[in-house]
Amino acid sequence: MAGNSFRQCPSSGLYFHRSAESLMKAHAVMAVVFFLIGGIFGLLVMLTRMPSVHLLSAEAFYMALSIHGTDILIFWIIFFEIAVLYFASSTLLRVRPAMPQLGWLGFILMLAGSVTTTLSFFRGNSSVMFTSYVPMPAEPIFYLGLILFAVGALVGCFLFLGTLVIAKREKTYEGSIPLVTFGALTACIIAILTIVMGAIILIPTLLWSMGYIAEIDPLVYRTIWWGLGHSSQQINVSAQVAIWYAIAAIVFGAKPMSEKVSRGAFLLYILFLQLASAHHLLVDPGLSTSWKVFNTSYAMYLAVLASMVHGLTVPGSIEVAQRKKGFTNGLFEWLRKAPWDNPVFSGMFLAMIIFGFIGGITGVVMGTEQINLIIHNTIFVPGHFHATVAVGTTLTFMAITYFLIPVLFRRELILPKLAKIQPYLFAGGMLMLILFMLGAGTLGVPRRHWDVSFSDAVMKFQFAGTAITMLGMAGVGGILAALGGAAYCLIAVGSLVFGKRLDDNASLFSSFGFPMAAPAYKVDQPDRLAMTPVESHGSEPHAAPGTFALALVFLATFVVYFFINAKYLSSLWHMS
Amino acid sequence: MSITPPSQKIWWNQPIDKIEAAWIGLALVWCLVLFLWMPYWHVFGKQNLSSESYKTTPAAFEKKTNEMISKYTVRKEVNGQMPVVAPPPGSNVYLAASKWAWNPILELKKGQSYRLHISSLDWQHGFSLQPVNMNLQILPGYETVITLTPTQTGEFGVVCNEFCGIGHHAMLGKIYVKD
Ligand SMILES: [Cu+2]
Repeated sequence: MAGNSFRQCPSSGLYFHRSAESLMKAHAVMAVVFFLIGGIFGLLVMLTRMPSVHLLSAEAFYMALSIHGTDILIFWIIFFEIAVLYFASSTLLRVRPAMPQLGWLGFILMLAGSVTTTLSFFRGNSSVMFTSYVPMPAEPIFYLGLILFAVGALVGCFLFLGTLVIAKREKTYEGSIPLVTFGALTACIIAILTIVMGAIILIPTLLWSMGYIAEIDPLVYRTIWWGLGHSSQQINVSAQVAIWYAIAAIVFGAKPMSEKVSRGAFLLYILFLQLASAHHLLVDPGLSTSWKVFNTSYAMYLAVLASMVHGLTVPGSIEVAQRKKGFTNGLFEWLRKAPWDNPVFSGMFLAMIIFGFIGGITGVVMGTEQINLIIHNTIFVPGHFHATVAVGTTLTFMAITYFLIPVLFRRELILPKLAKIQPYLFAGGMLMLILFMLGAGTLGVPRRHWDVSFSDAVMKFQFAGTAITMLGMAGVGGILAALGGAAYCLIAVGSLVFGKRLDDNASLFSSFGFPMAAPAYKVDQPDRLAMTPVESHGSEPHAAPGTFALALVFLATFVVYFFINAKYLSSLWHMS
Repeated sequence: MSITPPSQKIWWNQPIDKIEAAWIGLALVWCLVLFLWMPYWHVFGKQNLSSESYKTTPAAFEKKTNEMISKYTVRKEVNGQMPVVAPPPGSNVYLAASKWAWNPILELKKGQSYRLHISSLDWQHGFSLQPVNMNLQILPGYETVITLTPTQTGEFGVVCNEFCGIGHHAMLGKIYVKD
């Protein structure tokens, strides 16, 4: 191993291989660019959905919604995830990345694809939403861009696996790979499966849009497409949970409560998430009841179990670490005394709470076969996935960005005061947006709809006044969230351009502007990454009682909300 | 730590923390309840989607819809353009979705069952009965059949809740339910 191709971060102790470092930077920067584009169009969508503003024309609205969905759900998130894969392999295992030149080819493909698809939206003939359901056609370059992007991402995934192989062969670590790398591996495997699904459906759809294939069956399209569309969100879940464990380690020096449980939960994701995408098809014709129940039962609930396990073990590991430091008073001193003004921690913790309590619970409820009848395609659905993706994944990525700016990019953060409040602004705005969307959806307001007052329709129908008020309130929340998103872009881009350059010996944590745990990652043996010293948590009784209490509150909320929805279902017209 | 290799080489034999074990048990029980709830509702619930559906073509479905319309039209609404159809209870009722209308308007009787057939003549649409809030996906080439029993009287809107092109927001239908 050529010593000079690595740089050690003086305060975090992390090692960066120069070629992996540049790849991480490129992917992270492109991620933020697409977050900015997608975010601006998200704001326009919201300002149109607010009944009192109703900003865009119908054409522009559906175009903006297509750009928002695709640029945020695919391009922002997957660019960031590929950066995470380079970090979790090369940096955490302290090894050179496999074939960095090929990594650049992957990056160029992803860039070409994302630009192509985004441009196809602006041409105006591809406003087919993120789902692009056939037989509604988009221009061929729309599908072509998505395919190029997917191939590029696939290259990144295989290089991640290649890097793991090199680390194993060169024995850069002892024992098993770290839990965070294991979580990233889960994300990588799901990504590969997902992209294969995407190829199976998007390549024929491209040929169809070019006129070489006469017809694509809409049900076949939907079934395979959701193998892509839903599973791609599971890449996010795996990646974000891996980052939660990483942040718990970085900020608190936390270690997993038990490796077996946490790794087992990641394994459940791989085994059971693919089929769980069946819950998008619960009110589709042509699929049998037994198929629906089967695929949303064992498959989905074992994946739900996995998330419930992480939901306990991540905060549990933080509690154990905090209690070791002496925060042992009562159930919650460990949590009260956590560094709430450090956005790395606050962002991650808010993401975890909103993801679990709102995203998780609503996801299971709407994934229940019959209850789906009252939720399918209402604005409840985007309410749900703004909790999982916009808060869960996006806020997690924001939180780790505040760590990466000084550590990876070696820049001092600009506007540290704004950075302190940014996670609260974004999470608070999103929370308001989400709750009112869920409410309006429960009252029947459709998603992807330009005008719920039906002013152009030949017939008349009016939604309940409450529903319309709720749409307006959701818009207020959305504006706050957009301010939070803008603050993130400002701090991230501003720090890269204007932030004081940190010299190689500068200590990160003094310049960072926030209290952080002592250097988290101190290993003085540069050739080989040693195991962490043995200290068992397993035998200590009630090591994390506060977390357990929180988990019980969560379970109670879950049970109550589920049966409220079942009650609502029972008030519908009878049907069999 | 989570960012370094596990502290013990044989980590899979480490004992599980008590609260972790308790939580896994609780969560698993709840997941099983959720799973069993679905078959339970199939037996005891009154809102279940039947799996009955057929492959069809837009032309074939339109033909059956028009046959029903010509047989059971009771009046016309919307400037005399849109037929209002009152089929007898128990009969086959057809509702055709197309850009950007639901055809025809239906008039049903409360407490009576109908075999409701729905399909699309072009792109994908969403059948959303409001304010009841009952939502179905409608695909071209597939004919959904549900046995439907209205439990309320009044005038109900049929909103399209699947994006189906630029006129999507004006796609509104109607169902009357009378005593
Ligand atoms: Cu529509």
